[in-house]
Amino acid sequence: MRMIEELRREIRNIEQFNIFTGIDWKWLEKHLERQEKLDGPLSGKRIVIKDNINVKGLPVTCGSNMLKSYKALYNATVIEKILAAGGIIIGKANMDEFAMGSSNEYSAFGPVKNPVNPAYVPGGSSGGSAAAVASGIADYALGSDTGGSIRQPAAYTGTVGLKPSYGRVSRYGLTAFASSLDQIGPITRTVAQAAELLEIIAGHDARDATSAVQPVPAYSKFLTDKPKKIRIGIPIELLKEAIDADVRSAFEKTIDTCRQAGFEILNVNLPNSRYAIAAYYILATAEASSNLARFDGVRYGYRSQSEAKDISSFFAQNREEAFGQEVKRRIMLGTYVLSSGYYDAYYGKAQKVRRLIYKDFNTALSKSDLIVMPTTPTPAFRLGEKCDDPLAMYLNDVFTVAINIAGVPALSVPMGKTEAGLPMGFQIVGRPFQEGTILQLGHFIEEKNE
Amino acid sequence: MRIDRKELEHIAALARLELNEDEILQSAEQLSQILDYMSVINELDLTDCETLSHSIGQENVSRPDELKPGLPVKEVLENAPEALPPYFKVPRVIE
Repeated sequence: MRMIEELRREIRNIEQFNIFTGIDWKWLEKHLERQEKLDGPLSGKRIVIKDNINVKGLPVTCGSNMLKSYKALYNATVIEKILAAGGIIIGKANMDEFAMGSSNEYSAFGPVKNPVNPAYVPGGSSGGSAAAVASGIADYALGSDTGGSIRQPAAYTGTVGLKPSYGRVSRYGLTAFASSLDQIGPITRTVAQAAELLEIIAGHDARDATSAVQPVPAYSKFLTDKPKKIRIGIPIELLKEAIDADVRSAFEKTIDTCRQAGFEILNVNLPNSRYAIAAYYILATAEASSNLARFDGVRYGYRSQSEAKDISSFFAQNREEAFGQEVKRRIMLGTYVLSSGYYDAYYGKAQKVRRLIYKDFNTALSKSDLIVMPTTPTPAFRLGEKCDDPLAMYLNDVFTVAINIAGVPALSVPMGKTEAGLPMGFQIVGRPFQEGTILQLGHFIEEKNE
Repeated sequence: MRIDRKELEHIAALARLELNEDEILQSAEQLSQILDYMSVINELDLTDCETLSHSIGQENVSRPDELKPGLPVKEVLENAPEALPPYFKVPRVIE
């Protein structure tokens, strides 16, 4: 009972950041009663869940008018695991509609504001999840990452964000955006917490055919082990991209720290990374146009009140009135690149570029154990600055999208603040299913920065 | 790559979207700009390159074909815009 009163007060204090799509106090009361009886690794810990992940009995809006009144009928696998570990789910986090966006401004619930400075975006699409951790309302959050949606908001809010290897975490109960790229992962205050939460949510799940059978190591143990000789690769071509001066100097400083600590630093090549954004936005929109076809207003979701002249216009009215601009734009793009006459020129080619990027990472990660780069080329931008320029918004993903295409794991860990006081993120990329090595370096950098 | 109005309306119809006049004008501009950017991949010679559809080597994952309980119909229908239990209700679309 005391906890719920505390929560009410604390949540009122952070209302201005617009972190939640909703909190069901009645549900929460019952939930607290049940969870307080459990004794597990997450007992007493507060967790916020991105609103595209099913928590039974709570709405799962995906930040969209399409699903504003839709309630989850079952728990996602990650939620079952968090509940069993004793975690307390306080609410669902605001997000860019259907996880499409890099600023959290494309939400039917209004933009989330960055707790570090509310004039700035918190990043996206898991902006509410990152803001929840940054504001202190939650100990941990779950996000989803299709092209950077965990790591970029973590970088912008000064939190830790981990996108696990493709297949590491079950996606059963996650609303699909681009199924060949989507992955659920933790956003936390510390690397140790990220390791802890990953250990709980990772593992094979028969209900997700893409989930991997590899055993789940004790990730936390990597942090207490003395780092062995780790070779760190610097992707020289990628770092030729335009990077903000503060970000570049913080990145170089962090590399120096690693070098002085005895880590081996070497150059690696990711020659096809300059094609990653183009390939990503072809693949992701193509898959999204197919995944979002299910929202037709028949079995669930929004239904228009206007009279339809035929069955096609019935579907079209429901979709037209409920989807936001960015979602429509991506459905249009995806439909275009898959349409007859353009399929080979766009989608077919992008599937080949995926092979090239995959091979690039394989080769680079055979020479080095990890690859590092800034998480984003700039710190957070101001609310409203990019929302009318979709291409500028896409280009912001230059350091994150290739990682989803290659399916490798990556962590964003804070690397200090700019002169204006905005956080920046250092990104560590590893071999598939070697999250432990990433966490080890992340933990080292975190300690050095303290 | 310039998308004209006719093409845009064709794509919208395929995607079951009904764009209004403003959206058509704006989309023509923005989609053309994005597709222009995407054409950067044409620099690559991809003749001998194989496609890749996902990054994990798993193929043909199957499970035993066993009957398991589904979701309760009553609960499922609570999410329906309109229902006539045990059915979903839709407007008449055939004369």
